[in-house]
Amino acid sequence: MALLELKDIARRFQLGDTTVNALSDLNLRIDAGDYVAVMGPSGSGKSTLLNLLGLLDRPSAGSYLLEGRDVTTLSPDALAGVRSTRIGFVFQSFHLVPRLTAAENIALPMTLAGIPAAERRQRVRQALGDFGLENRADHRPDQLSGGQRQRVAIARATIMQPALILADEPTGNLDRHTGDEVVRLLEELNGRGVTLIVVTHDPSLGARARRQLRMEDGRLQSDSAQRPGAIAEIAPRPGGSVAA
Amino acid sequence: MRFPDILRFARDAATGYPLRTALSVLAMSIGVAAVVILTALGDGARRYVIGQFSSLGSNLVIVLPGRSGTGGFNPANAITSTPRDLTIDDAAALLRGSAIQRVAPLVVGSSEISAGGRLREVMVAGTTASYFAIRNFALAQGSALPEEDWGRGSSVAVIGHKIGQEIFGSNSAIGQWVRIGDRRLRVIGVLKPLGQGLGMNTDELVIIPVALAQALFNSNTLFRILVEAKSRSAISGARQQASDILKQRHRGEEDVTVITQDAVLATFDKLLGALTLGVAGIAAISLAVAGILVMNVMLVAVTQRTSEIGLLKALGASGRTIRLAFLAEAAMLSAVGALLGYLLGQLGAFALRQLFPVFPAYPPDWAVIAGLATALATGLLFGFMPARRAAQMDPVQALMSH
Repeated sequence: MALLELKDIARRFQLGDTTVNALSDLNLRIDAGDYVAVMGPSGSGKSTLLNLLGLLDRPSAGSYLLEGRDVTTLSPDALAGVRSTRIGFVFQSFHLVPRLTAAENIALPMTLAGIPAAERRQRVRQALGDFGLENRADHRPDQLSGGQRQRVAIARATIMQPALILADEPTGNLDRHTGDEVVRLLEELNGRGVTLIVVTHDPSLGARARRQLRMEDGRLQSDSAQRPGAIAEIAPRPGGSVAA
Repeated sequence: MRFPDILRFARDAATGYPLRTALSVLAMSIGVAAVVILTALGDGARRYVIGQFSSLGSNLVIVLPGRSGTGGFNPANAITSTPRDLTIDDAAALLRGSAIQRVAPLVVGSSEISAGGRLREVMVAGTTASYFAIRNFALAQGSALPEEDWGRGSSVAVIGHKIGQEIFGSNSAIGQWVRIGDRRLRVIGVLKPLGQGLGMNTDELVIIPVALAQALFNSNTLFRILVEAKSRSAISGARQQASDILKQRHRGEEDVTVITQDAVLATFDKLLGALTLGVAGIAAISLAVAGILVMNVMLVAVTQRTSEIGLLKALGASGRTIRLAFLAEAAMLSAVGALLGYLLGQLGAFALRQLFPVFPAYPPDWAVIAGLATALATGLLFGFMPARRAAQMDPVQALMSH
């Protein structure tokens, strides 16, 4: 069954007098448990797509079905509820709250969701163990290395056991070695059945995904999962060289 | 988000920016402290004046010659002569009143006292033995004026504490002779030191029999008649009776003014109460300013923490949760500021009482409660706008502002 399905999605921004088509004619179906890389040059609409998928933004047209439910018509608070339980975010710049300890950062989604403190403690302890952060529980983000910070962020993204993890350049601020470590962690999560969507500039990271989506000018230029014939209508050279 | 979690989150957010938090807490505390100290001053003034009035004696009704509608000082009294003197016999006649306990006629003037080559100006009060009971005067040495016929006036005097010290030094004044005006009087008593009484410093007072004072000042009229009612509830009865008796004696003419101490007290009470309220109003402005500062601080906080708000939204925080978190922070700043201000204010009032022991500078309860409530209310009110702004932020924009 499809985890999510986009139909004729368009997202337009008004910049002064001109309308910018950040996304147009987007049709996409991603199955539960898939591992998808979204690639493309800057301004190709990758981030807009990720924001739409993460319910942080609404499409100007089209419909978005998440787990069979149309989420384009939900209220902001209902969207927040869906984000809370079904979607985890991993950001390039980690986005940890600087005044909170690693443990508190990991617990934040549960705190926001109103989960009792005892259960939070127990789940955070488990997560700290899973991500090798046992000795860093009481450290603040500025006392952690980049890799440790991203591990805290991933632990936070998974603590609510979401169906979907959206990672925006998760290795962008890390050196190659720690970047690989982080990617391995994300892939492990995918191995346990979580759908993983990674936005990246990095061709080698993109190549590790089971399915590659290539964006250009707000359109899906190629999709490694599509039959070549279907792609041919849009892009004459399926699987063409990296646009960036 | 659970309530204790919201509080903890708001507390951590506030302590995460210590300088900003300290400044807004300080502003709020100064506002509340201003309310507490200023109302303590205002109410202290009120209590002080009322205390002074009460020291005149209890259940007091005062008769003064001349007619004046309001009971206060009337400039017309100074120009027109009183139609009829208020005499010692008038005073004695008041004792007939069933609601009247004691009566003391009073003549006041200034004269010179001399003894052993020393001389000074003094206030002289001519009155009777009952005056001591009415005014609650206690004697340090000797005895009060003798009970005698009011018209007789034996040659004795009771002197104030300071007069005794100045004229006789450490020697006992009792039994000594002094000259007052052209009379030689024997000192029979010295008053206990009392300090400033309203209008008359009893430490520098010489009390002599009323008939003697009238002869000394060559006057037939009394300055006042002090009437003590039998009880508090008898005050209005005593006033009516005094008025009726004197009207009868003055051939139906109402040419005296009878005032009760309560009426005077009530006027001062009202006046100084209004003053306190006015001062509280001025102090409340500083509270409003503090509230605006809290708003400013919260707006800065929202701007500073834009990316954090975006993150919270991405992590599934509803608009309500974010609004509550920021409101809780504003409320916390105001509450801590208010509490600190309350302590500061009480400390200030305490210091005032230590510096001026006669001045009862206690802040009234209503002012303390109103001050604290206003602080919390303005904090919440001015915290609301920034909190709403935070809750309505677009998550994508907010996340990008990193």
